[in-house]
Amino acid sequence: MKPPAVEQPPEQQRYARVLEWASRAGLLVLVLSFAAYVAGLMEAHVPPRELPALWVHPVDRFIELTGSPRGWGWVRMIHQGDIAGLLGIAILAGGSVLCLLSLVPLYAARRDRAFAGISLAGAVVIVLAASGWLAGGH
Amino acid sequence: MARAAALGTGLFLAAASAHAAAPAAAGGPPWWVWPLALFLVCFVMGIVAVPAGIGGGTLFVPIVGGFFPFHLDFVRGAGLLVALASALSAGPMLLRSGLGSLRLALPLAVLAAASSIFGAQLGLAMPANLVQILLGVVVLAIVVLMFVAKKSEFPQVERPDALSQALALNGVFYDAASRRAVHWQVHRSVPGLIVFLGIGVLAGMFGIGAGWANVPALNLLMGAPLKVSAGTSSVVLSLVDSSAAWVYVNKGAVLPMIAVPSVVGMMLGARIGARLLNVLKGQVIRRMVIGVLLFAGLRALLKGLGVWP
Repeated sequence: MKPPAVEQPPEQQRYARVLEWASRAGLLVLVLSFAAYVAGLMEAHVPPRELPALWVHPVDRFIELTGSPRGWGWVRMIHQGDIAGLLGIAILAGGSVLCLLSLVPLYAARRDRAFAGISLAGAVVIVLAASGWLAGGH
Repeated sequence: MARAAALGTGLFLAAASAHAAAPAAAGGPPWWVWPLALFLVCFVMGIVAVPAGIGGGTLFVPIVGGFFPFHLDFVRGAGLLVALASALSAGPMLLRSGLGSLRLALPLAVLAAASSIFGAQLGLAMPANLVQILLGVVVLAIVVLMFVAKKSEFPQVERPDALSQALALNGVFYDAASRRAVHWQVHRSVPGLIVFLGIGVLAGMFGIGAGWANVPALNLLMGAPLKVSAGTSSVVLSLVDSSAAWVYVNKGAVLPMIAVPSVVGMMLGARIGARLLNVLKGQVIRRMVIGVLLFAGLRALLKGLGVWP
């Protein structure tokens, strides 16, 4: 017997829908770009065969040795297979911003100012983290 | 029992064989051995994580950090993505069923997400051996927590506190086990918010999913039902790990060659683990995972202290 459905609030359903699509898109891009990288279909910034000698170093030394990008510098190198994987990661880590922003009109229409503010604050926190400003990524 | 033992032994052997091959990394095995080994280890981790009731991210950092040749900076970056991908995959289903409560998750997650940025920056600024020592201490504390923490299926919350009442931190879900709709509310929301600030720092610093801390905080401290605690923890993790992951991305500490096989292996393993939930003996798996975590925690501690490099 199918369990009786317990209706969840509309904002929860909207959040679930946006989250589902953002996660699917992120994973798809991540896996496709990785497949293109390891199959040699895309030029690599750091060829896979060189990685075992490099990934033993702390990240600062790794970047010094490879000239890999920091912050949003990867966008300029998106055509390179290993860097392209970061696009999938950015979609996965940034999808929550869309989810949170999609809630604001719903909460605002219900005059639930507290949760409209909390959703907005959540989006701002992730955008700040992504900006690299806090981490000195630029 | 035999299957559970085989899985636990498989996880141990896979990690140990990666460790045995590690010193030869500079001149030895071809590059593809590492992503393949990582995929296999994460696949087994994914299988055991579900019946053991622990997030894959919690297993990932101590095991991969202890037994693979990658620097801990990259392991933590990948660990955050493993925990994030798992939380994102489970999130929609949990929210639709009511087992995850967005209303309860949001205030806690926003604070924890902010503090995770600080934790991630702190973790990346500290010397690797100090992070290893602290990681060892945290993993051993998780082992103790897994041993002693009690669980309460439906905690009694007589009266919600003023803040949780003002924010309407309550909800309803259908409990298939007791075949009834369960209405719930929480209390002690201010101590809960403070605890989640600390959880965010730990999640960012070590790159481990923080389900092991979220669930007791939601269940035992704030009084949410156990299933709602586990579901809401996943929603909180998706936000906390998102902000911490950005710090690692911006620092250049996310290598797709390490992150992608780990994420894919863990997600495929978790699907199998969910299907085997009724076949495997959860208690046996849980004890084995505690054993592996104890070993990995000691390894991290001794590696950090320079006793077992």
